Order: sequence, then structure tokens, then C-alpha cells
Amino acid sequence: MTLTAPPAARPAAGGPDLTRAALSGRRRFTNHLATAVIWFAVLLAVIPLALVTYTVIAKGGGVMSLSFLNEDIPNSYRREGGGMGPAIVGTLLITGMAALMAIPLGVFGAIYLNEYGKQRPLARIIRLMADVMTGVPSIVMGLFIYISWVLLVGEFTGFAGALALACLMLPVVIRSSEEMLRLVPDELRQASMALGARKWKTTLTVVLPAAISGITSGSLLAVARAAGETAPIIIVTGIVFSPNWNLFDGSNTALPAQIFRNASTSFPAAQDRAWGAALTLIVIVLGFTIIARFISSRFAIKER
Amino acid sequence: MASNDTNLTTRPSVAVHAPGTTVSGADSADSSVMQLRDVSVYYGSYEAVRGTTMPIQQNQVTAMIGPSGCGKSTVLRALNRMNDPIPGARVSGDVLFHGQDLYAKDIDPIQVRRRIGMVFQKPNPFPKSIYDNVAYGLRINGIKGRLDDHVEEALTKAALWDEVKDKLRKSALALSGGQQQRLCIARTIAVKPEVILMDEPCSALDPIATAKIEDLIFELTNDYTIVIVTHNMQQAARVSHYTAFFTAEVDEAQERHGRLVEFSQTGKLFTNPADKRTEDYITGRFG
Repeated sequence: MTLTAPPAARPAAGGPDLTRAALSGRRRFTNHLATAVIWFAVLLAVIPLALVTYTVIAKGGGVMSLSFLNEDIPNSYRREGGGMGPAIVGTLLITGMAALMAIPLGVFGAIYLNEYGKQRPLARIIRLMADVMTGVPSIVMGLFIYISWVLLVGEFTGFAGALALACLMLPVVIRSSEEMLRLVPDELRQASMALGARKWKTTLTVVLPAAISGITSGSLLAVARAAGETAPIIIVTGIVFSPNWNLFDGSNTALPAQIFRNASTSFPAAQDRAWGAALTLIVIVLGFTIIARFISSRFAIKER
Repeated sequence: MASNDTNLTTRPSVAVHAPGTTVSGADSADSSVMQLRDVSVYYGSYEAVRGTTMPIQQNQVTAMIGPSGCGKSTVLRALNRMNDPIPGARVSGDVLFHGQDLYAKDIDPIQVRRRIGMVFQKPNPFPKSIYDNVAYGLRINGIKGRLDDHVEEALTKAALWDEVKDKLRKSALALSGGQQQRLCIARTIAVKPEVILMDEPCSALDPIATAKIEDLIFELTNDYTIVIVTHNMQQAARVSHYTAFFTAEVDEAQERHGRLVEFSQTGKLFTNPADKRTEDYITGRFG
């Protein structure tokens, strides 16, 4: 009796041949071709990503230093040195304020749409308007805030920029949060209802916790997008060269606006600053994204 | 719970009927806790179930059996107003609980569901810890302090305590299907309802888990009244004291309606059915 029979390379007579060699030539060719096409597409997609990252780091890395993050913006494009301190302060304050306004409002709106409004006419109209608002170009939103707020209070402020960014974020937050709430199974709502929970209690203690990780990451991605908006900032916040910590008094500035202004001059010093600002902005947005990932995995429903 | 009286209106308690009083009527001179009188359930203009009249006896198991689409789940859900959120759903006739019509204008459906709990077909624990699942109902009902004792009591009654006592803080989703269903039962009995409605509680479970739940149902009749919908006739015969047989009928207008065909003690319904349709169904000659 042999315990270690050699593995049969060929099937016994009459059994099916399961080796690759048994496939027809045409099928083997199609398989290889499809794999090759997919790899080619991946490489093609990676090229712009890698080039953008490389260029920004190569050109912006040169001016990057602690003083670049700290110092005031020179009030002449021609001048060497200086930094992007005021723009970093502006970006963080303005997007922070915009998030503070848009996220709670958007989440409450989503709760109305998914838990209360459902398919009622009002809910359908709101949903349609949110979709339309998602498509409004940011420059139009900037002009809207200029007319309805800046002209009203009579000065450029960081708050006006925050308002414009909040208007841009709101529909995104509403729709992404609604999607997340929709993924919460109805069985959970029914279970809560059968225990004698009122609707608001069910929403607050069962539905929201089940959707919170998706809502958080969706909202932070909206914040990250808004942080890169240029047009509304240029139109409604004006410009400053030293940090303005007060959003409600006086002009302000932000990184995207500084990139635009500095890059569109012909002075090498200004162009270097633009690259540095671009690198800073990318790092800030990357930070938001990492926070979003972290929070959503932290709050994710644990299976164990 | 604020109090144990059975007044379900939103107004402060004014005893309409003392607990346990039976409703006037020929067929209710017994210990029925609920009464259905000519109950029809509509979805929009469609009459899903027509004219159901039956009692639900206290501390007994009442089973509802019948083919798919005969309206037994619809009737069950009408007993604690779980159909309310469905647009167009409407109930006519009287669903009486201790003599109060559950569909009267001033009845608060939340109060109804606190006293008439429900266990669903698919185990649906909250994505929280085992402990929090059981404590949830207690918390929303404002029961403070000694939560641990209440949770242990409910889990013990649901025959789950020994299996989970060392992992109360673990996610309920890590439990097996049968354990999840017993957790859902524990969650329901934690708020101490009078009546527990069960909508095919074993249909997603294997035979061993099913046997455990059936034993549990028997145990629970010491404290609770149980109404169970099941596809499984053997299950109805094993666990219930009373059985209601529903079927679907097509009327003159070619519309299907669920109808209650026969209601009687389980032993009688299965050995000596009064109606030909019941006999055909339980002997497998249905259809």
C-alpha cells in the first residue's frame, strides 16, 4: 500500500480535463487581452495622479519651511520670501465656519427627507433642489453671496466666504447623509417602534448611530472639496496680507485665492509662493480625508 | 413605565375599564385580554383582510396559521398598530385590549406598543452590545437604576443568560441567528409587555434553535400572553392553545381577501376541524 501516490497530472481515462491547456486558444487569448487592457487603463489613470503630486511636491517643496507657514504674505508680488500664514489661517477659519453651518443643517435636512418627508411632495421638491444646487458653479454661488450679503453689510469678510462655501457644501451633505440613512435597515426602526420608542427617539438612538460613520466621512469629504474652492473666496472675502482672525470684521484670504493671484503673475518669487500654497492646501485636504477615514472606521458598526 | 394601569390614552389616567375586565359580548365571558370584532385591514382601497372576529386569551398561546398571503401577519401587526406607518393602511372594526379600542382617536400608539410587544421574522438586534440591546427598551421607557438586574432577568427568562453572561459588552451581531432571536425576545420582555406578538419567529432558524424558541414560548406563558404567526402547522400544534386558521379567498370582483376560517382550541382544530377548508389545509390537500 503506497501512502504517497504521485499526484495525477493527467486525469484518468474518461474524466474531465480541468487544466488550463484544455481551454480553447481563443478563450485563453481573450483572457490575456482583457487582463492587459485593464493593466494599461490603471497605468494611464495613475500617470496624471503621480505627475500632479510630483510637480507640486518638487516645485512647492523648495519654499516649504516653518517660516513659510508662519509669515505674512508680502504686499508686493515681486518681493522674495514671506509666507502663507494669513491664507492658512483664512482657509482653516473660513472652511471651519462653513462646516459648522452646513453640516448640522445638512444632516437635519437629510433626517427630514429620509425619516419624515419620504416621498411627500415637499420632500421631492427639496431633493430636486438639492440636486440642482449641487450643479451650480461655485462662481455663481460667490456672486449670489456678493449680492445678498457683501453688498448688504458693505464689506468683504471671511464670514461671507464661509457663507458661500456653506451653500456649496449643503446639498452635498444633504444627499450623502440621506444615502447613509437610507442604508439603515427598516427592521431596526420597526424593532425600536415595537418597544414603544417614539419616532424622534428611534431616529436619535438607533438610526443616527447606525449611519454616523458614513455621514461623518461624507461630510468631511464635502469640507475637503470646499477648502479648495477659489472663485467665491476671491469674489466675497477680499484680500489681506497679515492674518485676520476675525471672520466678521474686515477682509480675509485663503489658500486657493492666493494660488490664483500668485500664479497669475510673472514674478518667479510669487510663482514659488503659489506652488508652496498648493502643496500646503493638498496637505490640509489630505489631513481632512485621513480624519474622515479614521472617524468612519472608529464609529463603524463592530461585528465582533 | 409610568404605571401598570392599562389606560393607553395620552391623557392622565382615568380608568375606563379596570384591568382584566372582560368586554360585554356573548363570546367573551372568559379570560380574553384582547378581542377582535369584525376587524378588516385595508391598504388604500384594497381590503387585505376581511371581517376577523376572535379572542386572544390571557396567558395562552394563540397561533395564526394559513397559506402565504392570507393576511395573518397583517392581522398580527394590527394588534399593536405596527401598520400605522404604512401609507394608506387602515383598520375598521374593533381591536379591543382590556375593553379599550386600540384604534380610538385618543389612543397613543406608543402606549399600545409598550404593552403589546413584537418579535419579528428575521432576528433584528440593534448594532449595539448585547447589554445595550436589552437595556434599550428600559432606557427609552425611563427605567432608571438597577438596569443590570433588569437585563439579567430578561436574558434569563429568554434562556440566553448562560450563553452570553461573559460577553455582555460584545456586539449582538456576533451572536448566532437563534441567539439573536432569543436576544430580541429578551429585549421585548425586558419592558414587561402584557402581550407578545411573534411574526414567524422561527422561520429563519435551524431546527435546534427552533426547538429552543418553542420551549421558551411555553415558559413565557406563565407571565405573558402570546400570539404567534407561523407557516409551520406542526409548530402551531406543538406550542399553541388556540389556533386561528386564515385563508385567502377571491370575491365576486376578483379581489383576494384574507379571511379567518376557523378559530378554536388547537387540539380540536387539528383533530376535528369544523370547516372543510381547514381540514384540507391541515391534511395537506390544500390548493
